[in-house]
Amino acid sequence: MIKTDMLIIGAGPTGLFAVFEAGLLKLKCHLIDALPQPGGQCSEIYPKKPIYDIPAFPEILAGDLVDNLMEQIRPFEPGFTLGERAETIEKLDDGSFIVTTSEGTKHQAPVVVIAGGLGSFEPRKPPIPNIAKFENNGVAYMIKEPEDYRNKRIVIAGGGDSALDWAIYLSEIASEVSLVHRRNEFRGALDSVEKVSELSKIGKINLITEAEVVGLNGAEGLESVVIRQKGDASEEEIKETDYFIPLFGLSPKLGPIANWGLEIEKNAIKVDNSYDYQTNIPGIYAIGDVNTYPGKLKLILCGFHEAAIMCQSAYQRIFPEKKYVMKYTTVSGVNGFDGSKKEAKREVVKSIN
Amino acid sequence: MKSVRSFDYTMSDIKITIIDREGEAHLVDAPTDMNMNLMEVIRLHELAPEGTIGICGGMAMCASCQCYILNKDHLLPEKSYEEEDMLDQAFFTQENSRLSCQIPMDKELEGLEVKIAPFNSD
Repeated sequence: MIKTDMLIIGAGPTGLFAVFEAGLLKLKCHLIDALPQPGGQCSEIYPKKPIYDIPAFPEILAGDLVDNLMEQIRPFEPGFTLGERAETIEKLDDGSFIVTTSEGTKHQAPVVVIAGGLGSFEPRKPPIPNIAKFENNGVAYMIKEPEDYRNKRIVIAGGGDSALDWAIYLSEIASEVSLVHRRNEFRGALDSVEKVSELSKIGKINLITEAEVVGLNGAEGLESVVIRQKGDASEEEIKETDYFIPLFGLSPKLGPIANWGLEIEKNAIKVDNSYDYQTNIPGIYAIGDVNTYPGKLKLILCGFHEAAIMCQSAYQRIFPEKKYVMKYTTVSGVNGFDGSKKEAKREVVKSIN
Repeated sequence: MKSVRSFDYTMSDIKITIIDREGEAHLVDAPTDMNMNLMEVIRLHELAPEGTIGICGGMAMCASCQCYILNKDHLLPEKSYEEEDMLDQAFFTQENSRLSCQIPMDKELEGLEVKIAPFNSD
């Protein structure tokens, strides 16, 4: 069991900055994120894109913003559970919460802060009517254990980097690899495209372009896929296979937090914006793009503001008997949990004899 | 609501037709002087539920704002690499598919007709 003062779900810019504001109040934080690295959308979707509306940064790359935030919160030694999605929440009699992830990791804290942005990133599933029936029974949206595919027949769908890379990798392991893509051209890295074309020429990858997988067959497990050429129903081919692996990138989903009993409106969590960004469940807060209230703006700078306000209320919840007076970092400096201390240089007063 | 400005800005609006996912056509005003794209016009008029359109905010990084362009496609800007890339991975695509976030509202587009592509809820 991981224990902390403030459990933050989502390690995007808002969640990371919340660690800093909490640290000033001497609250320890732990973050959970479904992605394998911190930074949320900024790292996953657009690390090389410039942002122009961070106060005092005329221009900053999203990836650099995340690096800066990580540096800023380092003295407060946040813990991370990465690559795991927050699944369930349970309230204990003492008012604290236990959040369990998709991998079964348990976290306990008196305050839970949802800074989940657009939600967790999930593989995009192609709209094939009976696809759900074959999930974990021949259909996989990501490859966890390549050895599972040794000497098996595999159909991969998609035209991006992950489709190309896995087709190349599995061509060494599987007995047969087919790569189905809607177009003739592939948009992955040049090396991968060339490698796939090479492997296709020597018969190691069966390349099927201008085609789509439109159907799946099988009594229990998957037995075959239906491949349609050029969107024409008359040009359908049934291909026997052990596995179908659609790789169409990731898209964000609100996911399990939608079932935590929180008030949801317009795909976002309603909070009290007149006070502390608390949700309808006391002790659970929501900040950044994941929340909504009248006049809400989904901007990073608004997430930062919400983080600072939320921390004051969270502090009161954890220490109801204590009075906290807001301090300026310029006056008090920053005292890290690692023993580091940042402060303004003091003027030396010395008389001249 | 009437503008408190002494001169009228509405002259720069154009009329376009947006067919929603249920098949209903809406003739709407689209401002051309506010640096808006077609996805933002659809959201402005709430023609698709929040969370099902413009999820990435308009960076051509999801395909939730996919539309079928029914006329005037010759007046639209060429697809960027990012847009082609995203349409490659999207579902329900047709020859006339575009990401509406990549279509700036321009006076030339008066009378444009588009249909919002289905949302892939999975």
